Amino acid sequence: MKIAICISQVPDTTTKVKIGADGKSIDPAGVTYIINPYDEFAVEAALQLKEKQGGETIALIVGKEVSKEVMRKAYAMGIEKGILIKTDLELDSYAVARNLADVLNEINPDIIICGKQSIDYDDHQVGSLVAEMLGIPSISVVVGLTVEGGKVSAEREIEGGKEVVEAALPVVIATQRGLNNPRYPNLKGIMQAKSKPIEERQPTYTDNKTEILSMSLPKPKAKGKIVGTDVSAVPELVKMLREEAKVI
Amino acid sequence: MVKILVFVESRDNKIKNAGIEAASKAYSVSKELGAEAEALLIGSSVTSIANELGAYGISKAFVIEDSRLEKYSTTAYAKAIAEAVKARGADILFLSATAMGKDVAPRVAARLEAGLAVDCTNLKIENGEIIATRPVYAGKAYIDLKINSPVKIFSLRPNVFKPQKSEKSNVSVEKLDIAFDDKDFSSQVKEVVVSSEKLDVSEADIVVSGGRGLKGPEHFYLVEDLAKVLGGAAGASRAIVDAGWRPHGDQVGQTGKTVSPKLYIACGISGAIQHLAGMSSSKCIVAINKDKDAPIFQVADYGIVGDVFEILPALTEELKKVMAN
Ligand SMILES: Cc1cc2nc3c(=O)[nH]c(=O)nc-3n(C[C@H](O)[C@H](O)[C@H](O)COP(=O)(O)OP(=O)(O)OC[C@H]3O[C@@H](n4cnc5c(N)ncnc54)[C@H](O)[C@@H]3O)c2cc1C
Ligand SMILES: Nc1ncnc2c1ncn2[C@@H]1O[C@H](COP(=O)(O)O)[C@@H](O)[C@H]1O
Repeated sequence: MKIAICISQVPDTTTKVKIGADGKSIDPAGVTYIINPYDEFAVEAALQLKEKQGGETIALIVGKEVSKEVMRKAYAMGIEKGILIKTDLELDSYAVARNLADVLNEINPDIIICGKQSIDYDDHQVGSLVAEMLGIPSISVVVGLTVEGGKVSAEREIEGGKEVVEAALPVVIATQRGLNNPRYPNLKGIMQAKSKPIEERQPTYTDNKTEILSMSLPKPKAKGKIVGTDVSAVPELVKMLREEAKVI
Repeated sequence: MVKILVFVESRDNKIKNAGIEAASKAYSVSKELGAEAEALLIGSSVTSIANELGAYGISKAFVIEDSRLEKYSTTAYAKAIAEAVKARGADILFLSATAMGKDVAPRVAARLEAGLAVDCTNLKIENGEIIATRPVYAGKAYIDLKINSPVKIFSLRPNVFKPQKSEKSNVSVEKLDIAFDDKDFSSQVKEVVVSSEKLDVSEADIVVSGGRGLKGPEHFYLVEDLAKVLGGAAGASRAIVDAGWRPHGDQVGQTGKTVSPKLYIACGISGAIQHLAGMSSSKCIVAINKDKDAPIFQVADYGIVGDVFEILPALTEELKKVMAN
């Protein structure tokens, strides 16, 4: 089975968001990049699938030179091959998906696994875009996955419950937290990852459909009140919630 | 004339709240743009429910009905919506950023080669163009963006755009004939599992969440009891989800659910940045924590620096008294 995984690199979750000089993106100074947390579930799902059914794993990143570090993390976890579609342009989800779809068309995998969203732009788009561009089904927000006999059965989260969705391979899966527990790379994996080659490609599509005009920070909140330091504060708190905040 | 089509989400042939919100917003934007707004409903039998939209300004609705559309199918719904946009010659498509909307919208965008702005929390019009505002970095920042493709798609975050009642109009309903073949149903929902009767944290008006300060799963009833008197849902920090005290569907935060209830009470939660990412847009935040320097107090409107084992039972009792009056 040929398994492709799409990975994005995102600023570390503890990054303090500061607006950059262009007024449209975050200030990159001091930002460290990590593998998108949802894509760790994708990598883990791919590795488990391979361990069970055999096959090969190929990771794809549309990104910059720094994305190589993220690819090495995927290698260290156990991914065998990586392709970096390298560009310094800021591509939107549509353009990223087109680049991925072009390469995927050539690789022709049985299953493509993405994360449900990148935690920078929280777009929830790329997996489903790629699937439609390839003309194959997609299942998003997946928390349970079985692949058997050329068919996929997946559980996806919806408001207040889950849907059980079935589709035939090839298919795109977008993973949600809860699907699995991503493994930690071992020392051997980390060492091997360092020297493993990363194939580089040129982008095939660079037209954005959306345009970011500006970025802003949420308005700071007025400082809250400490109502008290023991149970005697409870009646006062309830009074404030009723009369001041009017929320109960 | 510019035409807006709004996909009004329904499940089991009932219009969802988020669908009403999208329809109402489509109507108000159409007025501002001097455009026309039409609604689209998809299901096995949705003609009769289209009339409800009349109270929100919609006077024309199109339905795509097929027994196979009773349950949601990503592929078939994507085709149905994209074909409706083409058939109606719409320039702008609105839908809801719900589980269904987030799933289907990108596929529609790919079919129409259209730009998509997801999860919008504000739409404004400048020089006849829609400028969308949406949260990024889990709400730590916002971007304003516009779409440059001929067809433009916007998905609206639920619970943000309050529906506006307008002069009630009669809704003329027309069927759109779209031919489906089996391949269009290549992904199919086999079953919907409702996770107990319990209210989902992302849908509740009031959320009471517990963290590691509760010391063990056997004490979580303190949080549940408080949630119960308030008619709210019980949420959790990732620390206690990872520890197996609570199911991950209850997790609030960057890698859990994003909630924005009118009241959020954090009990024994430190307020790590990833937790704040999921709840800091709540209208009113209360924190109960024994450490006065806990970061949760930075975002709280009201706080009690104290022990959850003392404060929670007292708060539950006090509320029982007050709510009874
Ligand atoms: C990539 C990534 C994603 C993450 N996503 C999430 C997420 O989605 N959601 C999330 O919540 N976290 C997330 N985290 C984890 C987050 O960083 C914190 O570890 C977690 O939120 C801490 O949970 P907590 O507040 O329950 O525990 P702690 O940080 O241990 O805090 C416990 C608090 O309880 C207080 N306390 C102790 N005893 C009492 C008492 N008797 N009475 C009152 N107060 C008491 C303490 O003062 C302390 O402040 C993520 C982390 C990473 C790296
Ligand atoms: N630049 C990228 N390169 C490769 N995969 C990506 C990229 N951006 C997003 N993805 C994949 O698409 C998923 C959803 O991302 P998004 O639509 O950006 O929220 C991610 O979890 C990745 O699996």
